[in-house]
Amino acid sequence: MSIKTFREALNEAMAEEMARDNSVFLMGEEVAQYDGAYKVSKGLLAKFGAERVIDTPISEAGFAGLGVGAAMAGLRPIIEMMTWNFAIQAFDQIINHAAKMCYMSGGQFNIPLVFRGPNGAAHMLGAQHSQNLDPLLVNVPGLKIVSVSTPADGKGLLKSAIRDNNPVIFFESEMMYGMKGEVPDGEYLIPLGVADIKRPGTEVTLLTWGKITHLALRAANQLANDENIDVEVIDLRSLVPLDEALIYASVRKTHRVVIVEENWPYASVGSHLAERIQWHCFDDLDAPIAKISQRAVPIPYADNLEHAALPQVEQVIAAVKAVCYR
Amino acid sequence: MLRSLCATSSDKEFTIDLYQKMLRYRLFEERVNLAYTKQKFSGFCHLHIGQEAVCAGIGACLTKDDYVIASYRSHTQALNKGISPEQVFAELFGKASGCSAGKGGSMHMFSREHRFMGGHGIVGSQVPIATGIAFAIRYRQEKLVAICYLGDGAMNQGQIYEAFNMASLWKLPVIFVIENNQYGMGTDYHRVTSVSEFTSRAPGFNLPWRVIDGMNVLTVYQEFLPIITEVRAKMLPYLVEMKTYRYLGHSVSDPATYRSKEELSHYRQNDPLSQMADYLKGKGFAREDEFEQWDNDIRAEINAAEVRAEAAAAPDEASVDEHVFVD
Repeated sequence: MSIKTFREALNEAMAEEMARDNSVFLMGEEVAQYDGAYKVSKGLLAKFGAERVIDTPISEAGFAGLGVGAAMAGLRPIIEMMTWNFAIQAFDQIINHAAKMCYMSGGQFNIPLVFRGPNGAAHMLGAQHSQNLDPLLVNVPGLKIVSVSTPADGKGLLKSAIRDNNPVIFFESEMMYGMKGEVPDGEYLIPLGVADIKRPGTEVTLLTWGKITHLALRAANQLANDENIDVEVIDLRSLVPLDEALIYASVRKTHRVVIVEENWPYASVGSHLAERIQWHCFDDLDAPIAKISQRAVPIPYADNLEHAALPQVEQVIAAVKAVCYR
Repeated sequence: MLRSLCATSSDKEFTIDLYQKMLRYRLFEERVNLAYTKQKFSGFCHLHIGQEAVCAGIGACLTKDDYVIASYRSHTQALNKGISPEQVFAELFGKASGCSAGKGGSMHMFSREHRFMGGHGIVGSQVPIATGIAFAIRYRQEKLVAICYLGDGAMNQGQIYEAFNMASLWKLPVIFVIENNQYGMGTDYHRVTSVSEFTSRAPGFNLPWRVIDGMNVLTVYQEFLPIITEVRAKMLPYLVEMKTYRYLGHSVSDPATYRSKEELSHYRQNDPLSQMADYLKGKGFAREDEFEQWDNDIRAEINAAEVRAEAAAAPDEASVDEHVFVD
């Protein structure tokens, strides 16, 4: 194990996969000479050259589509979106093409492509730079969706995403790139579709993913200290495919569920989780499922308003206490 | 090297082949039209009747390893790249033996084997994808070309210009072929386009360009061949506008009342098949009775393909969940 930042871990994942397979290339705005808007691709240009680390014009729809075509012709593109907010420009290529090509060609043209970049609110970036697109994209059949919370998970899952033969949406966060964590030495992969128990517990199952996992863990630790409630925090890591077995096993143990998401509440990922759990674990539940989402407003700019719009530790604590009838 | 790549317009076998190809496309689309009107299949169905010279002429310039990608109007381009009439019919009928296993339909013909990279249903969306295919060609330093068909309607779609810029910037071997049949659905392109000639936009992207009479297959072949040869040798993109015309509506359900009878009859007088028939007769390459024979033979072949496709099995219902992902 070594301590690495999130950006170093992601960088290593790409460098290792590019060294392993010549058909992998990285393309996006500022990924080459500038070393990436958030320095995730630092040094890759020097290592792999301008043929494989490519600065694009500001043309998200264009280079997303280019990635789809390159994948159809046998390459394995990594397309960096400077932020997922900008990828909305490319939704035609992501939703109409990357996601559907394999299916509508009767399995002839699979798309081995990773679209990666930061997702969700950072801090005071305003409404157009603070969106979380999980619910929009999980709704589309044909996309695998990964949302990571630690450097180690980031590396292991990004390597698997690059090797996957399907389009993978890979969600990161601006707020986490500098975060440090233990990363295993040597090559390792984490399979897509396997959730991780970030904190074992017995009394309440707390389901979360991505950056907000850290907030959920803070809440869980506080609940253990102050309220003597033992919360199990499950980081889903991959939203599609979803590790339903691990979720249900935990619910059958704790009988109480709180979902913590950085989604807008209406038809969110959490809504789907709640629907699945009530169907599969109805008799195991001792309380209604609680869901903490961000407020249904465009994310505001002012510090206090942004704070009010995003889920906070206090809300999670209150929700956990509520499902425990305390 | 394909024989056609060194053929000339005075080559009897070659020119007859071009004529027969166009005849096959014409008769195929007519039969598809009939099948649709008889409600043998449903959905959207866009026909190529009147535009046969474009893909017949371009097809004669391609090697089997070159890539072709097209819009939702692409039955004949699928045939041209080597997909059989039976497979296209089967796809239209939603059969398991269709070229997309019954998952695509009229607008989404695919064949990995023939490097036919799809019919695509979102106007202009195939243009960035074609650029990516050309990117892969350059990445692997292959001597191949990507042909991207788009309609005049696509010429006002934003993402194509992002693709033009990147193709030109990175010198990608892709030829953007505008099949200008003059109408984007029911709208005359002049009514919605700020310039009178699409190719006037090419210099803005540093794209070499050419306008070709798309109603004459020999002209298409003769003028396209040097372009593709240059693209293959030098690895660069090209914008080619084919001036053509569709005889029928945008789709089978469109009676095309937005244009005059005079306009249609003007183009019918320049019909690609008639022009080529006159040429073959003038050269003494074919007699009247031979035309009749070809017509009968190809008609029989297409009808038989339709019959087989119609009789083929529908996809297994379990396949509804297949192909969302691959392993």
